[in-house]
Amino acid sequence: MNKWSTSIIRILKTAIFFGMLAAAIPLSAQEAAAPAAAAPKEISIEQRVADLEAYVNNSARVDKAESKISGPGPGHNGWLMTSSALVLFMTLPGLALFYGGLVRKKNVLSVLAQCMGIAGLVTIMWWAFGFSLSFAPGSSYIGGLSLAFFNGVTGAPGTLPWVSENVFAIFQLTFAIITPALMLGAIAERIKFTSVLVFVFVWMIVIYFPFAHMVWGGGLMCGAAGAIKAIDFAGGTVVHMTSGWSALVLCLILGPRIGFGKEKMTPHSMVLCMVGTGMLWVGWYGFNAGSAGGADGIAGNAFMTTTLAAAVGGFTWAMLELIFRKHASVLGFCSGIVAGLVVVTPAAGFVDATGGVICGLAAGSIPFLFCVKLKQIFGYDDALDTFGVHGVGGTVGSILTGVLATDKVNPNISGLLDGLLVAQLEAVAITIVWSVVVTAVIAYAIKFTIGLRPTPEVERGGLDINEHGEEGYIS
Amino acid sequence: MKLIIAIIQPYKLDEVKEALAGVSIVGMTVTQVKGFGRQKGHTEIYRSNEYSVDFLPKVKLEVAVSDDKVEKTIATISKASKTGKIGDGKIFVQPLENALRIRTGETGEDAL
Repeated sequence: MNKWSTSIIRILKTAIFFGMLAAAIPLSAQEAAAPAAAAPKEISIEQRVADLEAYVNNSARVDKAESKISGPGPGHNGWLMTSSALVLFMTLPGLALFYGGLVRKKNVLSVLAQCMGIAGLVTIMWWAFGFSLSFAPGSSYIGGLSLAFFNGVTGAPGTLPWVSENVFAIFQLTFAIITPALMLGAIAERIKFTSVLVFVFVWMIVIYFPFAHMVWGGGLMCGAAGAIKAIDFAGGTVVHMTSGWSALVLCLILGPRIGFGKEKMTPHSMVLCMVGTGMLWVGWYGFNAGSAGGADGIAGNAFMTTTLAAAVGGFTWAMLELIFRKHASVLGFCSGIVAGLVVVTPAAGFVDATGGVICGLAAGSIPFLFCVKLKQIFGYDDALDTFGVHGVGGTVGSILTGVLATDKVNPNISGLLDGLLVAQLEAVAITIVWSVVVTAVIAYAIKFTIGLRPTPEVERGGLDINEHGEEGYIS
Repeated sequence: MKLIIAIIQPYKLDEVKEALAGVSIVGMTVTQVKGFGRQKGHTEIYRSNEYSVDFLPKVKLEVAVSDDKVEKTIATISKASKTGKIGDGKIFVQPLENALRIRTGETGEDAL
């Protein structure tokens, strides 16, 4: 063929191609138009934009019929998934190393085993009925079983507007795991592994799940929705006060370690303790900022207050040591940092930067006084100061929240500020009484059935070799 | 033959080893030990717990020598490890009944 024919054929092919494209567009528009025509009404652009704006603002969704977003919002969902990983990291290995470094060498593995045992046990309970009892609709005190076995828990949002319900469930699971693990500090080095598992099993059902429901699941103390309009951003009552006060009771009923008060019981590795502390701080960003339920400005506020409280808490504790005891110790820094994080936990998304600093100052001084002076006076063996840091710190934080919370930081609470301190005190009182009484019952029940303590020979020889058949360090 | 046991400051070990090599004594056994004499320990504080730590880290050096080398060995170790401060350590001399080199079967002073 000559070049004219070639050109004409090329032009024709191109025209046919674009012609087909042009014809396809109205066809697909017709297909898109067809469902809208079949639906009761058309979704306007304004309605669709409204849902997108709700996504960016992390606020309530528009009606499902008015949006084309069928699933979670990526940013908020991504942050909550990250936060879940961070909070799990707080337990494994953050808390495990923090506590593990503080016990004697012969018991280091017992701490690690107890943390991992709790993680497994609580996960199974959470899936089977824990999540449901905490977050399904029910009474003021406990949820129902509609979400048992994660029934209906899918990638679609549920409790939170922009986070997959399965992500929310796992996020909350990581809180459920770390709460009983905190108690391990008070009972370290002289409790049977099986007794820990049995105790935690019962404790979760009668203390943690009810408190999660009452404070976060729409129950008795759930802010605007509750009869007691108390607020708790990330778990001052639910996590720290329940575990801290329960730990005190449990360690009193368990009794002190053999040789307590006479023999040296020094931390076998302050290095591990510090490594654990760093992991706890970093993980706590997920704990506090994740509790905003999304990657919004309130999460940003929690991110900031968490940082300020941790740093100020650690520095205050260490400086008090330097002034009153000649040395600023690594353990002082670690304790102060964790105390700061505990105190700011209920307040993180409700107080401003100054509030965060005040939380840190309170944390570095009040738990400091408790752990360093008052515990000696009472003479009980809270081996790793769970009550001193989490019980006292959580209580201080929950009360400080009532004083320092401001709607300039979090507009959601403007209707709650009037009378907030009283509500906080009510919540604090209920938490203490419930935790103390119920833990006493569980502890005595176990003590007089399967027993809490190992034999003195097992305790002397070390829990690692006798309860777990392993040695932490083989030289 | 004598077994010379020297308890010295840990940071003096290299100096003592070099000094002994200088007088042709090249075999020794070293152990990390804890002990105290007149040197005071220190106090450690962990939150509410105060512990006094009496035992201090030291190094124990054992070297087997023939009778004619005893004085020189003691003098060498002494000079190399002395600082003049409390905690320098002590040297003990024990009689050594016999010795055997495992590889060759040599006994007595030939084994040293």
